[in-house]
Amino acid sequence: MDMQVAKKKLGLKERYAVMTRGLDWTPSYQKMEDIYPYIAYEGIKIHDWDKWEDPFRLTMDAYWKYQAEKERKLYSVLDAYTQGNGHLNVTDARYLNTVKLFLSGISPLEYVAHRGFAHAGRQFPGPGPRVACLMQSVDEIRHAQTQVHAVSNYNKYYNGMHDFHHAHDRVWFLSVPKSFFDDAITAGPFEFMVSIGFSFEYVLTNLLFVPFVSGAAYNGDMAAMTFGFSAQSDEARHMTLGLEVIKFILEQDPDNVPIVQRWINKWTWRGYRVLTLVAMMMDYMLPKRTMSWKESWEIYFEENGGALFKDLARYGITMPKCAEHIALEKDHLSHQAWSTFYNYAAASNFHTWMPDEDEMDWLASKYPNSFDKHYRPRYEFWREQAAKGNRFYNKTLPMLCQTCQIPMIFTEPGDPTKICYREVDYKGDKYHFCSDHCKEIFEYEPEKYVQAWLPVHQIYQGNCFPEGTDPTVEGFDPLAAVLKYYHLENGRDNLDFEGSEDQKNFAEWRGQATKNI
Amino acid sequence: MSTVFLALQTNEDTRPIIEAILQDNPHAVCDEQPAMVKINAEGKLVVRRETIEELLGRDYDLQELQVNMITMSGNLDQTDDEMILFWKN
Repeated sequence: MDMQVAKKKLGLKERYAVMTRGLDWTPSYQKMEDIYPYIAYEGIKIHDWDKWEDPFRLTMDAYWKYQAEKERKLYSVLDAYTQGNGHLNVTDARYLNTVKLFLSGISPLEYVAHRGFAHAGRQFPGPGPRVACLMQSVDEIRHAQTQVHAVSNYNKYYNGMHDFHHAHDRVWFLSVPKSFFDDAITAGPFEFMVSIGFSFEYVLTNLLFVPFVSGAAYNGDMAAMTFGFSAQSDEARHMTLGLEVIKFILEQDPDNVPIVQRWINKWTWRGYRVLTLVAMMMDYMLPKRTMSWKESWEIYFEENGGALFKDLARYGITMPKCAEHIALEKDHLSHQAWSTFYNYAAASNFHTWMPDEDEMDWLASKYPNSFDKHYRPRYEFWREQAAKGNRFYNKTLPMLCQTCQIPMIFTEPGDPTKICYREVDYKGDKYHFCSDHCKEIFEYEPEKYVQAWLPVHQIYQGNCFPEGTDPTVEGFDPLAAVLKYYHLENGRDNLDFEGSEDQKNFAEWRGQATKNI
Repeated sequence: MSTVFLALQTNEDTRPIIEAILQDNPHAVCDEQPAMVKINAEGKLVVRRETIEELLGRDYDLQELQVNMITMSGNLDQTDDEMILFWKN
């Protein structure tokens, strides 16, 4: 890139002031509280909106210029990748399941983030955060679109991606990321900024994108790598917005501190639970691993998040107490998640497999305290059973946590042999939780979480079958009906990788790409 | 003192930029990862426009960094001449 640098008449600080605060005005015939109706009810007190400043001092004119450059780069790489049959260069067709998980689990969240920032930006009386939210809102829709474009090439060849948005709104485990974002956008504008802008973008997003993108690079997936990097160049700005917003709120009034602390506690935990899917992807789904989940948690949360919370200590903010619980889980999270998906592979939109010997050795070296003791024997048993023709697909629906919506698969902190169950009685009904943290979140806002759309409950209530299904007929197969409702084809989009159409096609096409037939 | 970092894509645009950053921040440590370069520095990291321009041989607007950034950590302050990442503790 050789960009022209125009001589500027004003310095960056002046340009920023003119293009943000300079565009604002004070309303004369409408009351402020009518224009910004959602700004007071969360209890956050703001005295001077002008104190908020984007430290990048990015203005809309510069924004369009650099975003256009990013798009040009991205789409030329995508064209080249597609023209060169790039999909045949990934390490191994198992890798594509990572892409399926990402497209159905994460890309729809980008779109919801677009809506969320448009809404939050509209509600803030300050022009600084309003402009920054506008940029982020446009970024997020760009991410959704570029991800769909990048993955559409894979969809021409591989299964399970054909109706990702339909799946996102229905498939049992996709309610985990979906409900996370739904929880955030139905909160007030300040909580939304703390949940997504700060906890998710600043504290946790490195754990989502950096390993995913370097994983894509390592596994020969230039399409995902390039959309990932293109999105990530915006994330650096989002993180900065998240950090600035939180410092701004905390500096405005000491009464804001306990409210913000509660949101940080809640959203760090909520975000971490969603990252279970990422943990499993890193440790099991990338044929060529970049680093383990545990290592990336240590670098990006313990080290980097530690530095952040030390910095915020001057406002009275402390490290969320769930961090201690997470530290106890880091040796177990990915293994417990992958075991669950291996069990429920009949009801998923991607394939599963048991790690081979080399992969088990890698896992043992990364998890010396847990893998050989708790998980290797389990996998060896399952592998043995599958070899004997007894591959067991669990068709009994699991109990879900009312808050995070993950099946109750997690073990007691400190005791990996005992499942963790918590429950609450509320207005005559019993609610179940995977942890003390999810339970506390429910107890603070029960009226919100009793409304959760839990896939298992919905299936049992008969709400997840195609219209006109009669579940009372003889021989009714509920799973077959649910898969139809998900728009997934049994035996093609689900089950094990071994023996799948993806496996067969990839081997055949790769053969054709290297030989003259 | 906590560590700040800046991660950039590995490409021909960023090669001279990384060189400039390492030249201006002798305490910084360069960590080359798949397809990205992560520059870690105790306490503070300064990206100077002038040094980049010298190595690049052309005028440079620090906001061009937007195109190649991957992630960062620390408080930020950017002007026409410098981009500074820092922790206050």
